[in-house]
Amino acid sequence: MSTPQTLYEKIWNAHVVEQRDDGTCLIFIDRHLVHEVTSPQAFEGLRAAGRRVRRPDLTLAVPDHNLPTTARLDQNGQPIPIADPESAQQLEALERNAPEFGIDYINASDAKQGIVHVVGPEQGFSLPGTTIVCGDSHTACHGGLGALAFGIGTSEVEHVLATQTLQLTRSKSMEVRVEGELLPGVSAKDVVLHITGVLGAAGGSGHVIEYTGSVIRALSVEGRLTISNMAIEHGARAGLVAPDDTTFAYIKGRPMAPAGADWDAAVAYWRTLATDAGATYDKVVSIDAADIAPSVTWGTSPEDVLPITGIVPEPSAFADPSKQEAARKSLDYMGLTPGTRMTDIEVQNIFIGSCTNSRIEDLRAAAEILKGRKKAANVKWAIVVPGSGLVKQQAEDEGLDRIFTGAGFEWREPGCSACLGMNPDKVPAGERCASTSNRNFVGRQGPGARTHLVSPAMAAAAAVTGRLTDVRELAS
Amino acid sequence: MKAISRVEGRAYPVGLKNIDTDVIIPAVWLKTISRVGLGKGAFESLRAVPGNVFDDPEYAGAPILIAGDNFGCGSSREHAAWAMADMGISAVIAPSFSDIFSGNAFKNGLLAIVLPQAAIDRLMEVARTDDIHIDLETQTVTTPFQDRFEFEIDPFRKHCLINGVDEIGLTLKSSDAISAYEAKLSADRPWLAPNQV
Ligand code: SF4
Repeated sequence: MSTPQTLYEKIWNAHVVEQRDDGTCLIFIDRHLVHEVTSPQAFEGLRAAGRRVRRPDLTLAVPDHNLPTTARLDQNGQPIPIADPESAQQLEALERNAPEFGIDYINASDAKQGIVHVVGPEQGFSLPGTTIVCGDSHTACHGGLGALAFGIGTSEVEHVLATQTLQLTRSKSMEVRVEGELLPGVSAKDVVLHITGVLGAAGGSGHVIEYTGSVIRALSVEGRLTISNMAIEHGARAGLVAPDDTTFAYIKGRPMAPAGADWDAAVAYWRTLATDAGATYDKVVSIDAADIAPSVTWGTSPEDVLPITGIVPEPSAFADPSKQEAARKSLDYMGLTPGTRMTDIEVQNIFIGSCTNSRIEDLRAAAEILKGRKKAANVKWAIVVPGSGLVKQQAEDEGLDRIFTGAGFEWREPGCSACLGMNPDKVPAGERCASTSNRNFVGRQGPGARTHLVSPAMAAAAAVTGRLTDVRELAS
Repeated sequence: MKAISRVEGRAYPVGLKNIDTDVIIPAVWLKTISRVGLGKGAFESLRAVPGNVFDDPEYAGAPILIAGDNFGCGSSREHAAWAMADMGISAVIAPSFSDIFSGNAFKNGLLAIVLPQAAIDRLMEVARTDDIHIDLETQTVTTPFQDRFEFEIDPFRKHCLINGVDEIGLTLKSSDAISAYEAKLSADRPWLAPNQV
């Protein structure tokens, strides 16, 4: 019998084109997603060197980061020009580069347009057992389908465009096992926030993490994508969830996925990928579902996680002196005093969106809380930004948009929006935002913006009360 | 990539851990379609604090930066490496780096040197008054006070950095192997070819 292997080892081994003596491997890339921010310099590099894109058929381009989330077309169906000249220039560059290099391009007013990490799985472009890259760190998201997916820089984008490969060294492997049953009010987002709190922002450094255990198995694909999305927030190179019947049911029938006899062959292959009994990981971390509460961040690193019932920590309570210093800086930036109950913190902004939490299930969870309720008077700005045009359509078919607008939310066009301070959607300096995104870094949602990361249901609950709120108080 | 083998001069003693790429270069600066000119936006939020090291004339033009654990965590934006190169930084020394940042640094000939926290503490002290020397050939960081710290580096990366190797050019030499892999893939897993949207 051959040596038992982990899911990661199997995918890695199936993609080695060449191995050098020092262990570095030339790894084949099955899928390459391209967006407007990290690609212009890569295409420029190709042009300067007279190189072409080796496999345009394995490459898909879609704009998301820069796009305003207000209406894209005027009454006559004509595209509305983008006001910011630099954003417009970057979007035009992608619109030009994609056809020039023969790459499929989903344009801003296409119903298929959306955040690149929502579009890939939704279109059936992202598949189990594949290697997927994108010039974006949350590419780990696609690992929720059992793909080895990771973010790359622009030079690597250029390298993949030119060669369809990357020079890589193998990462270590880690298993994060979450067993038990989730408590009421606890979602996939709370699970991944909790994991990040336990591991720390650098805890997964140098590792590819496989999330296992009964909790992960019971999650929908949407939930698994949410977990894997934030692998990078605990420092991991990539996150993985073994593909199973839940995964196959999600992929079947998607436009770019295998069909007919190809489908059966694909599923047969995907079934061989699960980690073998007896395979070992370099590190194993076990988490008990009973320890996971609806969670929220208090600081400016995603590791600064507390249960919603918690209180703002005293910096001196941290053992590590550099963490004490970081905590003091965080609290100063966040305008928080140690000892404050998290549920006493008022919020002025609510953002439901981002590649972490903008899929249909996320919108349903938020709408469930908002049904028949209104946002509090002190909440000045509340927006819902669906992850793609197709998610938006489905939500409208289900009547979710009316629940949101009835509660005082704005219902927007798909894009990255207030996840990063790059397009017009920004949180004003000094104000707080309960946000379903993945990063609470200094300035992430706009200069001086104060971010509290939460689940969609928790964001909805905060909208209703105007302060960070334990969703269990509002759940029916 | 430009070749690099030695870096010497003053070092910005920053020391903080978890310096993320939004701190190195905020998103609002990412709308450029060029690799140069990003130095102006580098470390904007740290620079907003009076008395910060970046605006202290003592460190003007320093080619080295010293930081804490997990430097460059966060986004994959290569703009972080471009911004640091644009402000004249050639090397960062820290106890650990995010994987993506160290890859991006390498592609741009920016040294990302890992040393233990004790060495970082000592270098932070020296940086306040004196130059620091980095020699890639001998894999050492030294100070005028006889401190000598050895660092590890992947031999392939070292070779590329010292010789300024064009990595894409190097990989293209393996074109035949890539073609052979592609042929095998279409035979073994023909269903992998995506249906076009
Ligand atoms: S939604 Fe946020 S995290 Fe996701 S790709 Fe866009 S900017 Fe990145």
